[in-house]
Amino acid sequence: MRRLLPLLSAGLLAGCTGWQSALAPRGPVADDLHGLFWLFTITCALVWLAVMLVLLAALLRRPPDGKARQERAMQHSARAIGGAVAATVVIVAGLTVASFLATRSISAHAEDALVIRLRGYQWWWEATYADPRPDQNFITANEIHVPTGRLVRIELAAADVIHSFWVPNLSGKQDMIPGRANSLAFTARKPGTYRAQCAEFCGLQHAHMALHVVAEPPEAFERWRTAQVAEAARPHGPEEDEGRRILESKACGACHTVRGTQAAGNLGPDLTHVGSRQFIAAGMLPTTRGSLAAWVADPQSIKPGSNMPMVPLTADELQAVSAYLTRLR
Amino acid sequence: MKPWHAAFLTLLLLAGCKREQRQYRLDPAIAESLDRVEVLPVGINGRPPRVITITGDPYRTNAYQLSQGKRLYAGFNCQGCHADGGGGTGPALMNGWWRYGPDAVSIFLSIRDGRPNGMPAFRDRMTPEQIWQLTGYIQSLGATRASGAAPSRNDAMQTRPAENRAPAMSRLPSPYEGGP
Ligand code: HEC
Ligand code: HEC
Ligand SMILES: [Cu+2]
Repeated sequence: MRRLLPLLSAGLLAGCTGWQSALAPRGPVADDLHGLFWLFTITCALVWLAVMLVLLAALLRRPPDGKARQERAMQHSARAIGGAVAATVVIVAGLTVASFLATRSISAHAEDALVIRLRGYQWWWEATYADPRPDQNFITANEIHVPTGRLVRIELAAADVIHSFWVPNLSGKQDMIPGRANSLAFTARKPGTYRAQCAEFCGLQHAHMALHVVAEPPEAFERWRTAQVAEAARPHGPEEDEGRRILESKACGACHTVRGTQAAGNLGPDLTHVGSRQFIAAGMLPTTRGSLAAWVADPQSIKPGSNMPMVPLTADELQAVSAYLTRLR
Repeated sequence: MKPWHAAFLTLLLLAGCKREQRQYRLDPAIAESLDRVEVLPVGINGRPPRVITITGDPYRTNAYQLSQGKRLYAGFNCQGCHADGGGGTGPALMNGWWRYGPDAVSIFLSIRDGRPNGMPAFRDRMTPEQIWQLTGYIQSLGATRASGAAPSRNDAMQTRPAENRAPAMSRLPSPYEGGP
């Protein structure tokens, strides 16, 4: 055990860095929360230590003998209690003010803020990039890109039950409540991919409801945005043609949209550029032709209870659909 | 109370712990057989697939299946024509008056194949399992007998009585109230 302990704690500490950790802040809001976390932790640790020391002293002390001494002790303890109450008031008030100051930045505003409307579904995320120019609007799912150094405001909503948005590396947590508009702002300082996880239990597949936030330099972001605004890629060759035909004519098109085709449903993620995303099904699987085929063949084995049914396809149809989906970059 | 009384009562209580089963993934062969209804030539009435009877009619008696039906009713915008069941450009679905028969197979066929006076076919837009979920939900809307299963509650206002009332309709509406 003695030898295992450092190993175990090293393993635990490794969980504190990485792409989904509030202890590895990558933006000003996260910095503030990170500072707040340590302020609370250290203050509370010191208070605990002080209480324990006083308790120990009280246990070890001999009770005073004689009436005069007892009275003096009473006066002492009255003073000690008074001091402790005053200290408590000061500490609690101080932490309250610090907490208020640190979380103020969550509702920051800026003229040039990038606005993303995020809607939670059981169990995936729909992201709408609301541009003032109507032809620059687009909808995507489960992966959002943001430019570094620019304020991003996320407007949160939910379609069915309460979900919660939380990218620990970039910002605090905010609930997504049906029928109520919430919002939250953050700025990403460093390029990178950060993982968010729905933070409010929302049903069977709550644990498999992840969102990826890709922060990239403004030029790269602009390139990504232009690519996302475009309609879906044209199929190359007869197999992909067949894939598109199946997507339009089978049930897929009733739930999914592929812009530029007849598939225009809105019960599932927009698939116009599904091949460009790192993961499918809200972080379940990395996007490859194989994983797309596996998902379409049997979603209920991969994510039981998810709202995508198994649509019966022959092996050839599955080949064609997966070829076409991979083309949709 | 003797110890064996307590033991017996505990066992009895434990029996209550059985949870309603949720069936997420149908065996592909069963999923396919759900489409096989035997229909009379007029397209009304007939015999539902055997699996439904054998498995205890889950689309009427299982809360999960009813909830999925309710989700589909909103998702596929049946509301657009049938409102909350009271009817709009399409007929009412809860007043006990059916143009094509009140039984599950007739309702299933109305949804799957459409009906001539403006009901679109959903054959290519849903799986047979989903159509059965919808059918069960629609049957529960106008039910005049109480059932042990109900779909989940609405968060928003709706114009029909809550589905989890037992029964959904205490009696059929009179002709003055829009009934037959
Ligand atoms: C009843 C509606 C429905 C039908 C029909 C449907 N899907 Fe889906 N699909 C969904 C939902 C809902 C999700 C999100 C599931 C999740 O992550 O929980 C999804 C997810 C997906 C994804 C992953 C997308 C992503 O970015 O995560 C792909 C790919 C996909 N569906 C393809 C298809 C294809 C191909 C068909 C037809 C064979 C199809 N779907 C039929 C509802 C549907
Ligand atoms: C475009 C409008 C429209 C939509 C959308 C629509 N319906 Fe209908 N529906 C109708 C009309 C009109 C009729 C009557 C058809 C007739 O009399 O031939 C009808 C009839 C029906 C019937 C038969 C009623 C009876 O009295 O026998 C059922 C059941 C039904 N619809 C269910 C649904 C469901 C479930 C949905 C959603 C998946 C839906 N409808 C969507 C217009 C619509
Ligand atoms: Cu959740």
